[in-house]
Order: sequence, then C-alpha cells, then structure tokens
Amino acid sequence: MLSCESLTQTYLSGGKPLTVLKDITLTVPAGEALAVVGPSGSGKSTLLGLLAGLDRPSAGVVYLDGQRMADLSEDERAKLRGEKVGFVFQTFQLIPTLTALENVQVPLELRGESSAGRAQDLLARVGLADRLDHYPSQLSGGEQQRVALARAFSNRPKILFADEPTGNLDASTGGTVIDLMMELNRESGTTLILVTHDPELANRARRTIRLHDGAIISDSDA
Amino acid sequence: MTSWPFALRMGWRETRASRRRLLLLMGAISIGVGALVAINGFTENMADAVEREARALLGADVSLVSRRPFSSNVEGLIDSLTQHAASLAGCDTSPCALPADRRIARTTEFDAMAYIPRTTGTRLVQVSAIEGPFPYYGTVETDPAGAWDSARTGRSAIVDPTLLSALDARVGDTLALGEARFLVTGTIIHIPGDVGIQSVLGPRVFIPAMYLDDTKLLGFGARVRYEAFLKLEPGMDADEIASEYRPQLRPERVRIRTIQSERRQLDRTLTQFGRFLGLVALMALLLGGLGVASAVHVFVKQKRESIAVLRCLGATAGTVFRTYLSQALAIGLVGSLLGVGLGITVQLLLPTVLRDVLPVDVNVRPSVKAIVLGVTTGVWVASIFALLPLLKVRHISPLGALREPFETGIRTPRDRYRWLARAGLGASVVFLAIIQAGNWLQGLAFAGAIGVGITVLWGAAVGLTKAVRRWLPARAPYLMRQGLANLFRPANQTVAVILALGFGVFLLSTLFLVQQNFLRQLRFDSVERRPNLLIFDVQPDQLESLQDEIRTAGLPLAQAVPLVPMRIESVNGEPVLRAAAGQEEGDSAASATWAHRREYRSTYRDTLVDSERVIAGEWWSEDFELEADEVIPVSLERDVAEVLKVGVGDEIVWDVQGISVPSIITSVREVDWAQFQPNFFAVFAPGALEQAPQMFLTQTRADDPVVRGTFQRRLAEQFPNVSSIDLMAVQQALDRIIGRVVAAVRFVAAFSLITGIIVLVGALATSRFQRLREGVLLKTLGATRRQIVRIVLAEYAALGLLSAAVAIVLSIVAGWGLVTFVFETSFVVSVGPLAALAAGMAVLTMVVGVWNSRAIFRATPLQVLRAE
Ligand SMILES: Nc1ncnc2c1ncn2[C@@H]1O[C@H](COP(=O)(O)OP(=O)(O)OP(=O)(O)O)[C@@H](O)[C@H]1O
Ligand SMILES: [Mg+2]
Repeated sequence: MLSCESLTQTYLSGGKPLTVLKDITLTVPAGEALAVVGPSGSGKSTLLGLLAGLDRPSAGVVYLDGQRMADLSEDERAKLRGEKVGFVFQTFQLIPTLTALENVQVPLELRGESSAGRAQDLLARVGLADRLDHYPSQLSGGEQQRVALARAFSNRPKILFADEPTGNLDASTGGTVIDLMMELNRESGTTLILVTHDPELANRARRTIRLHDGAIISDSDA
Repeated sequence: MTSWPFALRMGWRETRASRRRLLLLMGAISIGVGALVAINGFTENMADAVEREARALLGADVSLVSRRPFSSNVEGLIDSLTQHAASLAGCDTSPCALPADRRIARTTEFDAMAYIPRTTGTRLVQVSAIEGPFPYYGTVETDPAGAWDSARTGRSAIVDPTLLSALDARVGDTLALGEARFLVTGTIIHIPGDVGIQSVLGPRVFIPAMYLDDTKLLGFGARVRYEAFLKLEPGMDADEIASEYRPQLRPERVRIRTIQSERRQLDRTLTQFGRFLGLVALMALLLGGLGVASAVHVFVKQKRESIAVLRCLGATAGTVFRTYLSQALAIGLVGSLLGVGLGITVQLLLPTVLRDVLPVDVNVRPSVKAIVLGVTTGVWVASIFALLPLLKVRHISPLGALREPFETGIRTPRDRYRWLARAGLGASVVFLAIIQAGNWLQGLAFAGAIGVGITVLWGAAVGLTKAVRRWLPARAPYLMRQGLANLFRPANQTVAVILALGFGVFLLSTLFLVQQNFLRQLRFDSVERRPNLLIFDVQPDQLESLQDEIRTAGLPLAQAVPLVPMRIESVNGEPVLRAAAGQEEGDSAASATWAHRREYRSTYRDTLVDSERVIAGEWWSEDFELEADEVIPVSLERDVAEVLKVGVGDEIVWDVQGISVPSIITSVREVDWAQFQPNFFAVFAPGALEQAPQMFLTQTRADDPVVRGTFQRRLAEQFPNVSSIDLMAVQQALDRIIGRVVAAVRFVAAFSLITGIIVLVGALATSRFQRLREGVLLKTLGATRRQIVRIVLAEYAALGLLSAAVAIVLSIVAGWGLVTFVFETSFVVSVGPLAALAAGMAVLTMVVGVWNSRAIFRATPLQVLRAE
C-alpha cells in the first residue's frame, strides 16, 4: 500500500543545511495500522507529510498505492489524495471561512458528490452534532481536532494519515476517536499511519516504529 | 502622550510583516496626490502664463469692435482718445509730432474663399486685413522670419501653414481672394492670443488693408468684423477709459475690449477647466483613501490577536491606537511625498497632452502651493480614512488572546468618537471638494455626488453579500457555490473591491457617455443624405446660374434659403438704441442686451424645418398670404424671445437696411442648434421681405471628397464672392479639438482607474495569505488546479460584473444629468461599449484574482501550512 526507500529530507535553516530525515526505508502493507512515535522534533510530522505527498523529499522515493509520487504532477497528486488519502494535521488546518459542516464536505464536493448526510453523520459520531454551523474560530482546540478527523474520514480513504489525532482530547473523547479509526481500519481495510505520543493509541496499533533524530531506531515489526 | 515613542517603535516593527501591502497603499495615495499636484500646479502655471501674456493677448491696450464700419461718431471718439494719448506723450498741439495714424492699428476680418491658381486648390479662410502697427504688444513669428513687417506694404499675404498644406501650395505661390491676387510671402508660426487649433477650423490669411477694396469681397451682406486697436500712454487706465466710453459706444453697437476684460475671460475659462480636472484628480485621491480605510479595516481584524497580546502585556488602548495611527500617518506622508515626485513629472507632460487647446505658452514649473496643498491633503486623507476602522482597536480586550471573537467580532459599544470620526470624514470630503472646485456650490455638488455614488455602491455590495448568502442555490455546482460563498464569508473583501472598482468604472463610463453624446450632436452625418457642402454669400442675381452649376455637376439641389440682414429698431414701441443711450449705465446694460444689439440674419418661409418645433403660439399655414395692410408675422427662437422678454402677441419693429418693418410675434420655436443646418433666430412669414436686399444660402451633397473639392474649385473660379464650406472637413476639425480636451480629461481620469486597480490589488493582497492557505488546504483535500481556478473565477467574476454593472447604471444617471442639464441636449446610451467596459472590468478582476492566487500552484502544501 505504502512504501518508501532511502527517504531523506534536508532543510536550509539560517543558511545551514539541517537534515531532518535520514535514509528512511519503510513498507506498510494494506490494512495495517502503524504508529509512529518519537520525541518532539524527531521528524515525525515531516515523514508523514512526505509519505502523503504533501512535500517533495530531498532524496529517496515514495510509492503510494503503487504510484511513484515523484512521477505525479501536483494536480495528479491532488486527485490521488482526494480519492484515496485522508489527512489529519497536527494543527488541524480547518478552512477558517467555512463552517464545521462545510469543512467536512469539501473533499466529497471536490469529487462532485453531494454529501451533507454523510458529513452530518461523521460529525455526530465525533460528538459535534450540534456544532455544524460553527466556524473553526468558534470551536475549542479539541473540537477543531474532531472536525479535522471527520473531514479526513469523509472521503472513505484507503489510507489515513493522522498527526497526533488525540493530542488535544480528554481520555474519553480520545477513546471514541481511536475506536472510530480502528473501526474504519477493520471494516473498510483502511491503512492507518498515526503519529502519536499517546501510549494508549500506540498500543492499539499493530505495529510501532520509533524515530530519533530523523532515523528509525526501532520497528516492532522487524 | 508619553507612550508615543513606544507607539512609533511598535508601528515600525509592525510594518515588517506587511511591507508590500503598505507599499501598495502608499502607491494608491501617491497617485492621487500626484494627480492633484500636477493639475493644481499646471493650473497655476496657466494663470501665470495668462498674466504674463495678457498684453499680447489683445495686442494693444484697448480695442473697439464692431460688425459694421465705425460711424463718424465713433471715429471721433477714437480720435479724441488718440489725441489724449498723444498729449500725455508730450505733444500738446494737434497734429502732433507722432502722426495720429501711427497710433491706431486696425483689422478688418471676414470669411472668404482662397484660391491658389497653380494648384487650383480652394479653401474657406478667415481673412484679416491689417492696417497700422499691429500688434503693439507681442511679436508675430513667421517663417521666413521678418515676413510680417515686409508684408505690410506689398501685395503679399501671410497665411497659416495649414492652408498651404490643405491647398498643396507653398510660399511664393499666388493666392486669389475675390478679385485680387496676392503673393504668399510667409507662414505664421505664432501670433499673440493665438489658439493653435483655431487655424484648423478656418486658416487665416493676413493681407495689407490697402488692397482690401481690390478683392471686391465687402459687398452687400458680407459678415465683417471691424476692430481698431489703441495703445495708451503710461498713466492712462484702460479700464477706466473703457467704462467711461462704454455708454457712448453701446448705442453705436461697438464693443470695447481691454487687456483686463480679455484676461478675466481667459482666466475664467482656463481656471474652470483646471478646477474641473482638479476635481477628477481629487477623486483619485479619495479612492486611495478608501483603499487605506479598507486595508486598515481588514488589518485590524487580522491583528486582533497580536493586539490582544499587547494588551495582555500591559499596553493601554491608547498606545495601541497610536501605534496604528502612526502607521497610517506614515503611509500618508511617504505616499504624498512620492506623489509630489509623480505629480511634477506629470505636470511636465501636461502641455503635450493639452497642446493646441491652450491660447498661451505655459512655462511648466513646480508650484510650491500645489505641492504643499497636495501633501497636506494626502496625509489628511490617509489619516481620516484610517481613523474610523482604527477606532475599533481601542475596544479589543486582552481576552481576545484566548479566544477570537467571532467574525465581525469586536462588538463595538456605542462610541461617540466613531460619530466624531464619521462627521470628520464627511466634513473633510466636503471641505476638500470646495477647495478644489473653488466655489461652494460646485464643491457641495461634487461631494454630494461622491456621497451618493459611495452609498449606492456600498448598498450594492452589502446587498450582494446578503443576497448570495440567502439565495445561493444549494444545487449550484460546488465550485461556483464555493467561489460565490467567498463573497460573504469572514474577512471577505466584497465591499472594498466593489467600491474601488465601481468608482473607477463609474468615472470612465460617465466620461464616455458625456463625450459620446456631445460628439453625437455634432455628428451631422448621422442622418443619411444630409447635405455636406454649404454654399453661402450667393447674391440674388447669381442664384440661378449657381443652381445650374450644381445641376450640371450632377449634384442634388436643395432649396435656396434667403438671408435678410436686419437689426431691431424697437420692441413693443420701445426704441432699442435710444432706450440704451438715454438711460443710466446700469439700466441700459440690463435692457439693451446682445439680443437687442446684434445683427440678425433672418429668413422667410412657409414651413417648419425638422430641427425646430413650435413651443408657443402657432405657425402660419402653408398657403399663408399677407393681406394688404397686415403686420408681418414672425416666429422667434426661444432663447432670443427670453432675453428680449417678449412672447406671442408682442410687436417688434425691424430695421431692414434703413427701412422700418413692423412685425408681430405669432410663435416661439425651440431650435436644435447642434444640427449642422441653417437655423434662424427670427423666421418671417412669406410676403414682406421678398423685395428686401438679401443673399442666399444653398446646400448640396457629394459623398466623394474629390468631387466636393472639384466642385468647390469651380465655384471659386466662377463666383469669387461665393463661399463654400465642406462640412465634413469642419466635422473632422471639431472632432480633433474635442478629442484634445477629452484626451486631457481622460488622462486625469486614468489616475482614478489606476488607483482603483491598486486598491483592488491591495484589497486582494490583504486576504492573500488566507486565500493561499485555503487554496493549499483544498489541494491537500484533493482539489486540482482547474477546480481552484474555477472557484477563484466565480468569485471575482461576480465582484467585477456587479461593480461594473452598478457603476454603469450610476454613470448613466450622472451622464443623463450632465448631458441634459449642463450640455442641454438629448441623451442616448450606446449599449455596446458599456457592455464591453463591464466585461473588460470583470476580466480584469478575474485576472488580478487568479494572479493573486498563483502561489497556490507553486508551493507544496507542507511549505505553506508550516508558515503560520
Ligand atoms: N521547513 C522547515 N525549515 C527548517 N526546519 C524545519 C522545517 N520543517 C521542519 N523543520 C525542522 O525539522 C525538525 C522536525 O520537525 P517535525 O515537525 O517533523 O517534528 P515532530 O517530530 O513532528 O515534532 P513534534 O512532536 O513536536 O510535532 C524540527 O527540528 C523542525 O524545526
Ligand atoms: Mg509534529
């Protein structure tokens, strides 16, 4: 489903090159649930972005659903994401000028599907049935995070990337959200790639990799 | 006020994040200030030039003008004036050492056909026969130099260069005027009081007066203008003399001109033109102010969080307010200073744009007054426009750092400062308009028009947002819905963009409509088969052979129109001249108007023509026959009747070449003078004037200019006293003059359009980052480039079309008002160009919008989303 070879990412910061990811090679079969853990600044978010095709790596290749990402144009990647990928950002990234409901509808509407029913359903499942018409700035951090999750689910992705999806949630809401993801994984065979500090979540994933200073230092599957 | 240093420091730091945007705002201000500085400076330069060239405008200190040869009475007055001057010059006895005739210059002016035998070219010209040392002031520049003086004695003519090129002639050719022949010895480069383009309408030919009689052109019915020029001695006040002699000259139908009276008139015309352009320039600046206001408005919304943090850290509301006010002041100041540079540059260009329509040589030089006024206005406009949205800053509470209040957010409590700021803003606009217009009424009217324009555009913008929000169909395609919804979503730019675009379009469209209607009324050819060759000064005994000539040439023959020259002797028994002469100056000025004094060239006929209609009384029947002792019925034109204070039933006695002809007014007509047609103030019923001395005018039409030219030539050969004029050529000349004026106005209006575009770009730039993030997020969620472009296009097409449509409707109202009440002609809207303008505006907006979004396609999502 997803694999990468010798993935390296170097940023120029303050004129000096900073290698954030070093030579990462990884294969994730379809239907797997993978947790990525590691200390802050170890490159987890960067890896997630590269795997989802949100950025271009300095070196190395990513294959997503059999497609070599480097071969695709920006538009083709966008299409691919629209059809097969869900993404939850660490900083939520809701569109501030759209209501909660509209935010969740966007991926479906971009594909030309009318979607109010499903979007309402999803929001209800994350506990926001009565916040449909609120703008992101009117929602708490945790509420925004749940809208972001609902949005990521809305297009029934084959693979879901989530950057700390329970970071801002209390234990019980967090639990609901985790259940939701696992359900998706079980029922639709959605591949999950989860960055997390939450041991509870990491435990429920079948496989865990640990990053340190941009390199994989352990892989529970290996 | 202790916090000013901190405010200034913070103000400066705050610019870091948005320098590009600030630069745009400065640009908007500087263009407005530039236009003001340029126009005001140039108007001042024009006034200086008029002052400097005032004496040369007339060429003398005093002149007497009349439509008929001076009577012995008038000659006596001229003599006594000359004597007086001579005595002041030190000659007590008469005749003085200075021969009297050396002190008087005279010109005799009339229209005639000029004919060059070598090239067989003919052209209607303005002949000016010169006698004496004209001009006293200023010099006539000729090519070759010195031709003016040497041509005073021989049979030579100095002509406008346009005549030579029109007739394919050159210096050295022989030129025929009537029955006399002259040698062309030079061309005019510059003559005092000259409006270059005048020569296009009728090129001038200057000949020595001593050969005037040889031309035999001053026969019966010729329209001649006689002018005598006097030079005064130091110590004689021209205007005193003018007011002293005016009462004696008026009954003689002689007008007295002085340098002062010329200057006043010219000054008034030029200053008015300058002020009008100044108002258009002010519009550009106000538009810039609007840009500042809208930017500050959005800016305050965006800065809410950092302002709240500042407040948490202990800054007072006042400090925060001053921080941003200092920014607005800086924008105004720097923008204005840049504007001064721009303005001076433009000022240097203006003489080129206005070439040919200015009667004086303008020396362009920066005007301190205009610069100071421009900078003050610029800073003031930037600050006052920024003030209103800035006042909200004072109400941002520290709590805002925790949770952003929703949308329009800061629910301002009732704030008397806001009312003060509003009043200040309104008062400023009125004040600036009055300063620029130079009088209360026009200033208020202008400010009022701006107020209405802004209100309507504002209303349209708010209406659009509401309507879209309410009625946007849920079934519309998603991309369109998404795009249109941007019009009402938080931090939208709908109002700013519609105001900026709308105002620019409004200006352009109004100018266009006025120009179109103005030109249309001069477009005589719009009516099919209208005659285009006017033949006049035809003597009765020439009429038949002339008509034969037209028939032989195979041209259509129109009915000949008789012209009978006459004056008014009395109105309702009140003698016009005695009334004027016998009364006090003030009374006679009021009672003996131009309409009493002028020479009328009237006609008689049995039917109405299509350029006139009866508005009072009744037209005589077609088979009207004058009874033996019946008073002849006459029909007057409305304006003349108004000035003469007469109506249907009143009696006028006319002096027709010395014979008294009583008449009774039976109808009043309204005449559309704009049509190129022989129209008359007074039309008589047939039956009384047939035997009076008269001339004829006739018309014909030839589509081919070559045919027209050949025919004019044959006429000139066979009937030297008959003049013919090619109306097509007149039309082209008029088009050119009007084109110049319109170009000048457009040139200034373009500033407003540019400001409008800058404000548009600025408004879009304000929300650019937010839009970028949105676009990138959409990309992350699967949107393709096409989809994003469509969303952007839907939004901006709506903005562009709506603002253009509203602006055009507004301009139709404004144009109708101007055309109907100021230019007093009928108003017609040409839909095609206006639709093109609207479409153009929509396209422009869409282009700017897409251009503004281009970064979405360049960046990878992660780069943008990181750059919070
Ligand atoms: N565009 C960039 N330019 C410079 N440095 C960057 C850039 N993007 C990421 N980095 C750096 O790369 C490193 C890894 O960042 P990343 O966001 O992947 O960390 P993370 O593991 O997700 O941390 P956290 O758990 O705190 O979210 C950080 O030190 C960050 O400063
Ligand atoms: Mg991270």
